[in-house]
Amino acid sequence: MSVLIDGSTRLLVQGITGRDGSFHARQMIDYGTHVVGGVVPGKGGQTFDDRIPIFDTVAEAVAETDANASVIYVPPVFAADAVYEAADSGVSLIVAITEGIPVLDMTRVMPFVREKGARLVGPNCPGLISPGKSKVGILPGQICMPGSVGVVSRSGTLTYEVIHHLTGAGIGQSTCVGIGGDPIIGTSFIDCLSLFERDGETRAVVMIGEIGGTDEQEAAAFVERGMKTPVVGFIAGQTAPPGRRMGHAGAIISGSEGTAQEKMESLRAHGIAVAGRPADIVGLVEEALG
Amino acid sequence: MKIHEYQARKLFRDHGLPVPRERVAATPAEVAVAAEELGGKVVIKAQVHVGGRGKAGGVKLADGPAAAREAAGKILGMDIKGLVVGRVLVAPAVDIADEAYVGIIVDRASQRPVLMVSAAGGVDIEEVAREAPEQIHRVAIDPRYGLMTHQAMALGFALYDELDRVREAARIFQSLYAAFEAIDASLAEVNPLVVTAGGELQAIDAKVNLDDNALFRHPEFEALRDPAAEAAAETEAREKGLSYVKLEGTVGCIVNGAGLAMATMDLIKYYGAEPANFLDIGGSSNPEKVVNAMRIILSDPNVKAILFNIFGGITRCDDVANGIVAALKQLDVDVPIVIRLTGTNEREALEILKSVDLPATNSMDEVVQKAIELAGGVAR
Repeated sequence: MSVLIDGSTRLLVQGITGRDGSFHARQMIDYGTHVVGGVVPGKGGQTFDDRIPIFDTVAEAVAETDANASVIYVPPVFAADAVYEAADSGVSLIVAITEGIPVLDMTRVMPFVREKGARLVGPNCPGLISPGKSKVGILPGQICMPGSVGVVSRSGTLTYEVIHHLTGAGIGQSTCVGIGGDPIIGTSFIDCLSLFERDGETRAVVMIGEIGGTDEQEAAAFVERGMKTPVVGFIAGQTAPPGRRMGHAGAIISGSEGTAQEKMESLRAHGIAVAGRPADIVGLVEEALG
Repeated sequence: MKIHEYQARKLFRDHGLPVPRERVAATPAEVAVAAEELGGKVVIKAQVHVGGRGKAGGVKLADGPAAAREAAGKILGMDIKGLVVGRVLVAPAVDIADEAYVGIIVDRASQRPVLMVSAAGGVDIEEVAREAPEQIHRVAIDPRYGLMTHQAMALGFALYDELDRVREAARIFQSLYAAFEAIDASLAEVNPLVVTAGGELQAIDAKVNLDDNALFRHPEFEALRDPAAEAAAETEAREKGLSYVKLEGTVGCIVNGAGLAMATMDLIKYYGAEPANFLDIGGSSNPEKVVNAMRIILSDPNVKAILFNIFGGITRCDDVANGIVAALKQLDVDVPIVIRLTGTNEREALEILKSVDLPATNSMDEVVQKAIELAGGVAR
């Protein structure tokens, strides 16, 4: 099993003709994802790589292709509207890869997405992959293998690092979700943890956090309160200085809040094993799997 | 992006907040003139991008131009948490009968802007939040409707008893929210909002952080950036689309992705050394970005080795390899380079690097240990 995406995912790519959109559309198709259409205003009627129909609007694309998910690669200036458009046209899963969306745009996007009953993953995220079934976003498929460990992370490439170690040790993944590095994101650690908890085949979860905010601490309390599936943690940013934004808009230690130390202590206090370096995650997962 | 108090005061005043007029001065003589113009009794405040200016001695009262000149002499040139004070703000001193805290932030948990007020004003609000959270009153704002009058009034009643004053405070809160929204702030704060001895409400301090992601909507804010407030290398990095933070160690790192960049820094520390920097070349990195990243890292004399840690996804390893080759041609690279790359287009990248005799590994632990060794071993 897997969460959020699987073989039944029918995907649209918003921004399919851009540099990143086209490159990753091809990668997703090669991986076996059912990419059923692209959306680029003004390019409706054309085809992408002679096989994927392009539409002017998401609504048209959904009507023609029965898509149930959409992935967004459009630039930050247009990204908030791309999410509105996807939610408005009835797809149930929206994955926003775009980095750099203004935070006040996201305060307006979130209530709209909820009202429409859609789920947003991201923005500023690598997307997700259910190995062997479907990938939506930019995660490199070749580093994954099917299995029973769920991965949820605020980071992109650090997630790949962890998956790389797991696969190298012969530990496959059920689904890997990059939830994004912004202060306001559509899907939280807790959302993913509860999906993994309900997924019959996910037997352990790796949670990868970083400095900034208190999402990891809240997730840790949730794990202790509501999960039987074991969770292993890692927190990036032990060497990050306070008050400096470390790349991600959400990765900033403000005052004494949001340090890696505080998060690691909170995870441990709630019974979660915390790895000191990415390579140590493997041993902790092996222990958790028994 | 942080801006100075004098800049924030103007933005607030433009949106209708009652902020007393101020002057900005860079010399004690200018401060004396400003004090004269403002009526004698003034407050002089250091303009630096750090909190806790008052505690550090960066805020002083003066009862006339001569005293103002003397106070300014002490503040100008002062070092506050590593930043040298080059300018001060001069504003009329007010007789304070009461002070309150008012601030708006984007709250991650409710995913909304949240207006917070507290009768415990003028002090460190983070301390109030820790010690006496019940003294902070808050309301989450639905950005589709803005700060409603009844919400603003409710917070006004949390601070004041007289209806007229509550109404006036509510108008101020709504103006503050209007400013917050219009300028795409991530924080807008008045600390303190005071009741003067004459019974007037005045915002006598202003703090604003702007959302970097929204600066594309506000090209006019580029003029508010203070180049003296960030290191030259950081300015260059920002202009080149790189995210760079200088640190004190010897191992320079060039990484794709903020999380992996932090984890790389942590691993350097884990193995006993210190990272020289945080540097994220971001996704879709073209070779030019890599050259710029190398130039910035090499400008730090502490750097004894450069470590590349690239996990290709949206970033293609061959782009990075081409960038490294170009950098070796264009720059005077006098420190060893160690490379880890894996992921998208890894094979092409290894071919490119082979042409300049640079080996690459695909293990992060290995490359970090190697970099530390080449940088002179673990820190003492």
